[in-house]
Amino acid sequence: MNKVPFMKFRKIAGMGSIVLLVVAISSLALQSLNWGLDFTGGTLVEVSYPESVNPEQIRLDLDAAGWNGHVVQYFGSDRDILVRMPPQKDLSDKDNARLGDSLFASLVELSIGDVELRRSEFVGPAVGEELANQGGLGLLAALGMVLLYVSFRFQLKFALGAVVALFHDVLFTLGIFSLIRWEFDLTVLAALLAVIGYSLNDTIVVSDRIRENFRSARRGKPVDVIDESLNQTLGRTLITSATTLLVLTALLLLGGELIRGFAIALIIGVVIGTYSSIYVAANVLLLMNLSREDLMVPVKEGADQDSMP
Amino acid sequence: MVLGVFVLGVIYAMPNFYPPDYAIQISRGSGGLDLSERELDVALEALSSSNVQIKASSLEGGSGLIRLENADEQLRAQPLIQRALHDLQSEYVVALNSAPTTPDWLRDLGAEPMKYGLDLRGGVHFLMEVDTASAVKDRLEGMEQDIKRSFRSGADRIRYAGSSIVDGQTLQFVFADETLRSRARSRIEETYAQFLVTTEDVPNADAPYGLNLAMSDASVREIEDFAVQQNLQTIRNRVNELGVAEPLVQRLGRQRIVVDLPGVQDTAEAKKILGKVATLEFRMEASPDASRGSILPYTYEGRAVRLERDLILRGERVFDAQVGFDPDSGLPQVNITLDSEGGELMHRSTRYNIGRRMAVVFIETKTRDRYEMRGGEEVKITEPYVEERVISLATVQAALGVSFRITGLQGAEARDLALLLRAGALAADMFIAEERTVGASLGQENIELGAISVAIGFGLVVIFMLAFYQWFGLAANIALMANLLLLVAVMSSLSATLTLPGIAGIVLTVGMAVDANVLIFSRIKEELKKSTPPQMAINAGFERAFVTILDANLTTLLVAVILYSIGTGPVKGFAITLSIGILTSMFTAIMGTRALVNLAVGGRPIKRLAIGWQRV
Repeated sequence: MNKVPFMKFRKIAGMGSIVLLVVAISSLALQSLNWGLDFTGGTLVEVSYPESVNPEQIRLDLDAAGWNGHVVQYFGSDRDILVRMPPQKDLSDKDNARLGDSLFASLVELSIGDVELRRSEFVGPAVGEELANQGGLGLLAALGMVLLYVSFRFQLKFALGAVVALFHDVLFTLGIFSLIRWEFDLTVLAALLAVIGYSLNDTIVVSDRIRENFRSARRGKPVDVIDESLNQTLGRTLITSATTLLVLTALLLLGGELIRGFAIALIIGVVIGTYSSIYVAANVLLLMNLSREDLMVPVKEGADQDSMP
Repeated sequence: MVLGVFVLGVIYAMPNFYPPDYAIQISRGSGGLDLSERELDVALEALSSSNVQIKASSLEGGSGLIRLENADEQLRAQPLIQRALHDLQSEYVVALNSAPTTPDWLRDLGAEPMKYGLDLRGGVHFLMEVDTASAVKDRLEGMEQDIKRSFRSGADRIRYAGSSIVDGQTLQFVFADETLRSRARSRIEETYAQFLVTTEDVPNADAPYGLNLAMSDASVREIEDFAVQQNLQTIRNRVNELGVAEPLVQRLGRQRIVVDLPGVQDTAEAKKILGKVATLEFRMEASPDASRGSILPYTYEGRAVRLERDLILRGERVFDAQVGFDPDSGLPQVNITLDSEGGELMHRSTRYNIGRRMAVVFIETKTRDRYEMRGGEEVKITEPYVEERVISLATVQAALGVSFRITGLQGAEARDLALLLRAGALAADMFIAEERTVGASLGQENIELGAISVAIGFGLVVIFMLAFYQWFGLAANIALMANLLLLVAVMSSLSATLTLPGIAGIVLTVGMAVDANVLIFSRIKEELKKSTPPQMAINAGFERAFVTILDANLTTLLVAVILYSIGTGPVKGFAITLSIGILTSMFTAIMGTRALVNLAVGGRPIKRLAIGWQRV
């Protein structure tokens, strides 16, 4: 296999990453995310009709029946309809919790044929807020733990490289969700944490090799060592990404509407995670002037523990 | 050892390959009685006379289980059984259920199939929030009245200038001078141990001497616990009425209750039934010469009792009821606490009635089915009715006040009485914080979609690995299969719940599990490139990849654990399968593949290894 001089392009890649991140952050800052019901609170009813229906007609019918604030859309097929209602501020918590029942009753009344309830969800505003806080906290906790673990197992510079790469992946994925206005719900949050896990996996494998090569007696500039390490792990990185993307594509196409967001977030994350373990993590290492001395350990051969330089 | 683990994996994964039977579960409604053989026979009779095919039936753990051929028969059977049992004049719960068909020899080994979450079975999930803040405030207000009364009563009155509730858990009294304050302080410290008493000078010209009574965190917790426990009990009592086979009612955190009702579709009905509360009435037993118009007839322990029509007080005045022990005799008793007005009412009614008996009546709204002929057809009518029963009849031995006790009870009696008293006591408000309903058809669809995703994802990876690594790919594929099997086996033996995101986790595991093998194989390739002899290359490849695999997987596991700890319901399901998947994949990829490779090429000299495109 020919060698790819990865680090030759590191400046371009770095600039590219920064530009993309700026776009992601500005989109997040300007229009936030399209928060799903799990986080905003509100009511959702999914129903199935025997024949294909027109969501516009249902919307008008609901209007006429005295509902307002509802959003009607197809969900999966043209026989399945999803109706959402934001939390009603002028109603008590108790009455808000009953909205789903009366909404479904209205839909049954308005329809000529049988309407089947597929799913109905109500999330109180307090719960939604809590979930959002917990989610954010979880992401930060995950990043913090990674920082600790990697600096313990490797070295602080690697840990920073890994965490910057993870931030990069999470922000980028969030940015895409924000730009395209895909709905961000609990399963997407779970996917985001899985992205952290996956991208970390990649980064660790690469870092592991960089460390090993730095330690082996060969001479060479850090750039060359890193380049060689990246080339050595390239095959593995691509194959693992390929198998993971294969199963995720299967999940996206076959897994049904409910885990579509989950699959999309993971696919984006896996692609960007593969890129970031090559360009972001290694780039950060070079920026911080990783040197052989950083990795020289007074301990016997073996890579089980590192001390700070 | 690898083989041993694999065999165990097969055994514990096996129950999942037996499709469950459609079944109907019958149990006695209340009173906790076991279902008898005769009652089960009545149900079976009703089914066979309507030509419903019965697969099997059994009595297990106090309830009857009838297995049926398919879902249609199951739906047809339920009303038939209800109708037949209705004639027996007793309460029964007839619930749709699915019964595992695990063979006996597997069950003897403790192997059970995985449980399905609500998103796969269909059903309702409620997250109820108990309004504990107002429960605490109510209690504080009661205390305020009580303390005021104690200041006013007795020979040494304490004049206070005012009182207020400062924040959620602090009561403030103000006094005109220092002496009054210190007298008040010592009296409070004597009788009300639950308060932390501090002084504070308040900007009030007439009464600048403030006394703060802060309820300790422990007492606040106690009130919260009581409020939540009470609602928990109420819900448990109600859930039986809904006819749910395996309900889950569980406290979550400080003030929430999770209610999972698999199979329930009518959420409106479920909410109505869960929302009903019971109440209590305290009444004196009527004297023998009481006029007919002033008494209410009841029965207690099989005997008729006549109670006074005049009410002493209702359950909303009861704060607490706990089982305790009589310090003298060591026998169980129930300690009851009323609010201050309740104490007043109780005192007024009992002070001249020492020696007479007082009854506690438990009142509950329930629903029952009735069958009626309408237009030549028998229809089922569900109607509400009020059930009243005397749960205690005890002799008054002294004038009672805010707290008193009921003695002379057996252990179980005391516990049941306390439970009923609590169920009928002032209920802290409860509201639905979250509700998720999944229709049965969607659940079934989710299972099918999930299974297809796993199968196709698995197939794709298998083909990919074979194409890329040839014989070694085959080894990796066998390891992957073993991994999937082990994952299912571990999930089953931990009785973890499988959810839709959980299935997604399995799919993801399938994709990522080959990573370890890929790492090992690329190391072996590298060694081969360095012209290392094949056997040594294999050894070196496994060894050198090991540390990398360990580091990479442990960090991912770390993230999965965090995901588990922050996640709720479905997200937890994902985290569980992901974590277990990481552990099993490490095992199968390192140990399993190694065993396979050794089996194939071990012990004999080889010149070439078929591992990918570059032949050496």
